[in-house]
Parts: sequence; C-alpha cells; structure tokens
Amino acid sequence: MNSLDKIKSRLPLFIFISPILLWLFLLIVLPHIDLLRMSFRAENELGDMAWSFSNYLEFFQEPVYWFTFARTAVYAIMVTFLTLCIALPVAFYITKVVSPKFKGFLSLLLLMPFWVSELVRIYGWMILLRESGVINHYLVRWGILQQPVEMLYNDITMTMGLVYTSMLFMVVPLLSVLDSLDDSLIEAAFDLGGNMFTIVRKIIIPHAMPGIASGCIVVFMLSLGNYLTPNLMGGKNSLWFTEQIYNQFIASFNWNQGSAFGFLLLLISSLIIYVGLKLTNQKLSKVVQ
Amino acid sequence: MEIDLSVEHVSKRFKSFTAVDNISFEVERGKFFSILGPSGCGKTTLLRMIAGFEEPSQGAIFIRSQNMADISPNRRPVNLIFQHLALFPMMNVAENIAFGLARRNESKKEIKKKVANILERVNLPDFGLKKINQLSGGQKQRVAIARSLVLDPTVLLLDEPLGALDLKLREQMKIELKKLQVEVGTTFVYITHDQSEALVMSDHVAVMNEGRFEQIDSPQNLYSKPATPFVAKFVGNNNRWTGKAIEYDGETAQLQTSTGEKLLAQSKKPLEQGAQIELFVRPESIIIEPGEQLNTLNRLQVIVSSILFDGANSQLLVKGPSIEKELLISLPQNRQFEYISVGDAIEIGWDIRAGNCFPVQ
Repeated sequence: MNSLDKIKSRLPLFIFISPILLWLFLLIVLPHIDLLRMSFRAENELGDMAWSFSNYLEFFQEPVYWFTFARTAVYAIMVTFLTLCIALPVAFYITKVVSPKFKGFLSLLLLMPFWVSELVRIYGWMILLRESGVINHYLVRWGILQQPVEMLYNDITMTMGLVYTSMLFMVVPLLSVLDSLDDSLIEAAFDLGGNMFTIVRKIIIPHAMPGIASGCIVVFMLSLGNYLTPNLMGGKNSLWFTEQIYNQFIASFNWNQGSAFGFLLLLISSLIIYVGLKLTNQKLSKVVQ
Repeated sequence: MEIDLSVEHVSKRFKSFTAVDNISFEVERGKFFSILGPSGCGKTTLLRMIAGFEEPSQGAIFIRSQNMADISPNRRPVNLIFQHLALFPMMNVAENIAFGLARRNESKKEIKKKVANILERVNLPDFGLKKINQLSGGQKQRVAIARSLVLDPTVLLLDEPLGALDLKLREQMKIELKKLQVEVGTTFVYITHDQSEALVMSDHVAVMNEGRFEQIDSPQNLYSKPATPFVAKFVGNNNRWTGKAIEYDGETAQLQTSTGEKLLAQSKKPLEQGAQIELFVRPESIIIEPGEQLNTLNRLQVIVSSILFDGANSQLLVKGPSIEKELLISLPQNRQFEYISVGDAIEIGWDIRAGNCFPVQ
C-alpha cells in the first residue's frame, strides 16, 4: 500500500520527465553506444569485422588527421576568445550604457540574423566577399584595387564567419549576467579611484564569470562541431575536423573510422571544457544555470 | 576656520525638471553636515554632483578651494558611501578596503598595515578574510565606511547608508557613526530623510525641499526655531492651526483661528492685519491641566479622544469645538496623568513663546 502510494505520488513526475528521457536515450545515448561499438571494430586480415583498436591507431599514425584535429581545437579556442572580446563590450553597452528603451530593440537587432538559417547567412557572406562579389566590385570601381581579390577561402574569413555565427550565443548569457550587476558597484569602484581598465578587470569580469564561462562553452562546442562555415568559407588548407568525419562516413563510407573520429572530437571538447572550468575556477553546475 | 566643501549657486536640470535649484552652502573642516529632505527633493542629485557622478547645470563646487569642474569622480578627494553600500561581493573584506589603496599604487606592506588599522578602528579586527555575504547588516555598514575612510578623503559623502537597517541597529549605528566622525575628524556630508538621524548626528542640518534649502541651522534651532512652515512640519511632530492675524505689536500677534478661537503667538516676521497665518505648536510644548498661576498661556478646553501608548513617546489625541484637526499632546509617563481616560474633559495650555507663527504665502 505504502509503496503504491509512493508510485502514485510520483506519477506526474514520471509522465513529465519521460519525453526528455526517451529523447536522451533514443536519440543520444543509444546511437552513441552503437557508434562507440562501431569505432572499435575493423576488418581483420580475412576481411571479416572484428574487435580492434585500428581505427584509433589510424588517427595517431596519419599526420593529416592529427594536424586537422589540433588545428580545429586551436581555431575553436581562438574563435571563442575573439567572440568573447567582441561580445563583452556589446553586452556591456546594451545593459549599462544605452537607455532602457533601446535595450530591447538592440537585443532584437542581435537576434534578427538568426531568423534565417546559417546556410543563408553564410551564402550572404559569400556574395559579399567572393572575387566577383559586392565588396570587390566597389573596391575596384572606386579605384582602391586594380583588380578583384579573392577574400573567401582562407583562415581569416573562416574565423570571421565562425565568430559571426557564434556571437548571439555569447551575448545572451553575458546580457543576463551583466544585467544583474548593480550599477552602484561600478560607480563605487570609480569613486574609490578605479579607472575603466581596473573596473573591467576587478569588477565586471569577476562578476560576469559564470556568464562568460557558459557563453564560452556553448561557442566553443558550436565552433568545434561546426561543419557548414569551415566547409563553405574555409579554403583547401582550412580543413576542419568535422569534414574528416564527414569524409569517412559519406565519401569513404568507412563508418567505423568515422565513429572513432567522432569520439575523439567528443573527448577533446570535454577535455578542453574541463580544463577551462578548472582554470577559471568555475563549477559546471553553476555555469549552466 | 577652514572650509572643506563649498557649493556655490549649484543647479541641476533634467530636461524641464529642476532637481536642484540654486543651492549654496559651506561646510567647515571636521563638521558633520546633514541634508534632510523628503524623498525626491533632490538631495541625492546634489550629493552625486559633489561626488562627481553628475555635472551641475549651473554653479560650481569647491573642495578645499579647488574647483571640481571637469574632475572625474576617481580623481576627487571625496568618497561616497552608497545607499546600498555597493561592497564588492567578489572580494573579501580586506580586498574591498584595499581596492582604493591599490589604485593609488601603494606598496603591499603599506596597504596591509592600513587595512588592519582601519578594521581595528571600526571594531572589526580579524574580519579581513571574511566574505561580504558572511557579514551582518551592521558589519557591512562598517566595512563600507572603512573602505572609504582608509583613503583619507577630504569629505566623506553618505547617501542614507542606515536606511536598510532595522530600527534597533539604526539607533546603535547612529551613535557609532557620530563617535567615529569625531574620532577621525573627517568632514561628513550626510543625506537622509530621517529627521532623527540628522538631528542626533549633525553639527549643522540643511532642510531641503523641491530642490531648495529651506533652512541651514543647528539641530536645536531647526527644531525650536523653524524658519519656514515646511521645516516646522517636516522636522518633528507639530500641531497646526490656520487662521488670520488680528493684531501685531512687533513681537506678539493676536490670532483668530478658522474655528474662531483667539490665540496669542510670537512671530519674527511682521504680520499685516488680516493676513492668513499658520501656527505650529509642538506636542511636548502643550501642558496638561496647567496651574492657575501661569498667565502667559493660551488655554483651551478639550476632550480626550484617544490615548496612544508608546512608552516614553506616549501621546494624547484631543478634540474640541475650537480645534480643526485633533491635537497631539505628549503624555509624560510619570504617573501624574494616569487618571486621564478617553472621553474626559481636560484643560490644556501652552506658552505663547512656544508657538511658531508664519504668514501663508
């Protein structure tokens, strides 16, 4: 009787929680278990599938995989840092400088580009930047350039594209965390002799740290796992690790190798986030709030 | 006598609204100066102009004879204690206090010594490593004061810092703050809407209303000789009559109240015959059942309508045909008037010198 009551009282909880559990289990956990299994299987000498570490060994033995892997991680960190450098002043301006009337309007402006898909936005950039694009056209017409320059397909453009794509995901957590910063703290620091630099370093950044950390995690993961932007805006040398995974799955039809790459990417992103949280002295549970 | 702070004809306008209207005053070195006014009277704006967070629309502010125009808050020799204290929650107590010193590039050793000294001074030794959220309201108060005082400002500005405390603690902090000010000898400019804070702590009080100063005076004079009807109403309790002047001999006026009662009162301002007047009498100036031999009293017959018991601040509410609004009378708790109960008819009176009479503008 007693245990039946317990179940009864918890029934609503089970009903409400079951969709998310099903979602997590069927779409995330189950496929990953299968991928993990696949990543440890490869053809043996006889051409049969067998348990093996060869997919992971392949990664460590082939320099191009290694290189792309490291490059992707380094660029993703760089993109995260650049996004933070741009988003912090933007968020500060919106929350503290501009009059409250314009706050909502400016936030909406930030949000607007995200109403169209990433693909369309990237094509927009391509129309602007390509050799026969809008910017080149005017630069040549005004005599600044003798002949059009290809601005697409290099690392700088790709980085810019990634920063542009991730901006919102950094600004939104920063907006909410800066909103909770009492203006009088900034004034008090100013009154006690602080200048803008010390106020940013001693008051604003420490206060915004949970927002910075959560924004950085999101932007880092999105950049690391981005496929579209590096593929379309990056050049032949701007290989992104997701392209390697794609190649394995689709081009080479080597699902086992692709799964191994996928798990390596998962590993490195978890590792970098862990190190980042440790370095900034933040707790994951606090950051994701 | 040296002047630490001098405000000359300062005004501040926000679009069509004038928050501060042509205010001038001086504060001597080492004095406790309060600005007392209802909320929205412009006192915070005035304080923020002295601190440098707002530019005056007109006029100038001098600190030790140095014009403060175009000097930003971080370069002014004044510090402000904010209404909600604005202690930095991301730092501990010692780091909070050291913040200003570190901005002056003082040596680590020097900072450590000064922080320890000032913590001793505000009775919080060994609190250096505590987090701000571990402190009680009164302790936060003291840390905020220490954080500013450690910089040795010429003038310390305080923006209603006791407002958030509960009554008991507020009473205690009032006395502590006054003691501390006398000890360190720093010039304090304190703004508040609480008259008791202003009266207890200050050497001089300015009463502010609608952007202007109504009166700058010692607390005693403010209470006993209010210069305007606003001061009479705002500082302390007062009973008020309206009426007109019948006669004025240069010192004493005969008044007829709107209820037809004839009263005598002193007035410093000359009163024309028939001029509309307001008369104010303090509750504690009114004597219950005055003796026959007292002959300079206004006397009234009244009926007790209620007894408001509040310990030492107990009061009687009385009414009568000659009274517009019920009168408040202090009821001493020395058992002399224990026999009075609601509905009793009693005689009251007050010395004609105790009333303050103003012509209505």
